[in-house]
Amino acid sequence: MSIALRGARLLTARGIRAIQSRGYSDEMSFTLAAANKVFYDNVSVRQVDVPSFSGAFGILPKHVPTLAVLKPGVVTVYENDGSQKKVFVSSGTVTVNEDSSVQVLAEEAQPLDLIDASAAREVLSKSQSELASASTDKARAEAAIAVEVAEAIVKAAE
Amino acid sequence: MMQRAATSILPTAGNMLASAQQQRGMATLKTISMRLKSVKNIQKITQSMKMVSAAKYARAERELKQARPYGEGSKQFYEKAEVVAPEKTEETKKLYIAMSSDRGLCGAIHSGICRHIRADLAADSSIKVICVGDKSRAILQRLYAKNILMVASEVGRLAPQFLDASKLANEVMNLEYEFTDGKIMYNRFKSVVSYSISDLPVFSLKSVESAPKLAVYDSLDSDVIQNYLEFSLASMLFFAMKEGACAEQSSRMTAMDNASKNAGEMIDKLTLTFNRTRQAVITRELIEIISGAAALS
Repeated sequence: MSIALRGARLLTARGIRAIQSRGYSDEMSFTLAAANKVFYDNVSVRQVDVPSFSGAFGILPKHVPTLAVLKPGVVTVYENDGSQKKVFVSSGTVTVNEDSSVQVLAEEAQPLDLIDASAAREVLSKSQSELASASTDKARAEAAIAVEVAEAIVKAAE
Repeated sequence: MMQRAATSILPTAGNMLASAQQQRGMATLKTISMRLKSVKNIQKITQSMKMVSAAKYARAERELKQARPYGEGSKQFYEKAEVVAPEKTEETKKLYIAMSSDRGLCGAIHSGICRHIRADLAADSSIKVICVGDKSRAILQRLYAKNILMVASEVGRLAPQFLDASKLANEVMNLEYEFTDGKIMYNRFKSVVSYSISDLPVFSLKSVESAPKLAVYDSLDSDVIQNYLEFSLASMLFFAMKEGACAEQSSRMTAMDNASKNAGEMIDKLTLTFNRTRQAVITRELIEIISGAAALS
């Protein structure tokens, strides 16, 4: 009798553990951090959309592992409760690992609602004039990057 | 000889001759008070250095909290893709990056890192080193000047920024020395009283491409990996700089606190000697007066 009971207890314990481990693998542990700020640190979210140089893509749990380089643009995070959060990133990397952990690391990031559209337009026109007046190859490349980022900010802020 | 031993507090020999009359057996009041004043000044300096580094530490710790997930995140890929350093052969070239700073007076922060690197250099002299901060260069230069590839100075005066890290990463990537793998050695901050020496991995494109688990990663070309590596090197350097800066400030705080305590002890002892000497001088003068008067009568 007691053996049977213990067996049953063992079974249920195992059953619960199996469910828990399955539940875990359906979630992704998402980290969104920048040099100036941490937005998410190993938080479970529903979906993340990121802009990358090989095209913008969405990440759901169990996404195939990949690496990508971030393009200036907006990262959209769909949290588990359905709310959306938009964060502007300048550049950085995206890592999706085999265990469904996702790291988005940006050089600099700000929530979209903190960005001032008129200031962004100013930066854009300033960097465009810098690009026009750049003389060396290096200065031209630097100015081109500034224009690219500024364009992305203006687009995101509108 | 006896005299000289007793008056070793005296700063110069000239002084000793000038006041040789007074010093029989004991240091003069003047020298003791001079010494007392200098120790008091030193204590003031160490105390204010402690206050300054306490303020800097508070800031560094706040910033470190923000940088931790960032650094952990950049390390994840190497751990999960199981990228390992290639077996040691003739062709492997190792690169160590020593994260220290320009400023001293902070306990064993710099020497700890250098001791670690020196142990590895003694075992394998082909390892090359990049010194971040003048202190690590000063320590390693004596024995391993040939192994130092590059020194980054002006580190530690201001809090590290991402731009500093990316400049350094750029220099590392443009080195003529084509390393296959390496380590960033830094002090990992644990608490105000403790830190430990840790390392972060650095890999070249080739080492990453030969990682066994890289095949599970989708849609990779070498361009993407190269870009990824460059950015992740910059972010790891940034993280290591933040950790190092925080550990350094906390360690300087402790070191200066200890120095102030020691100066306090010294002041106590010197004050005691000063008072005793003064008392002795008074007694001696009294004896002279009384015995003079007794001889006359």
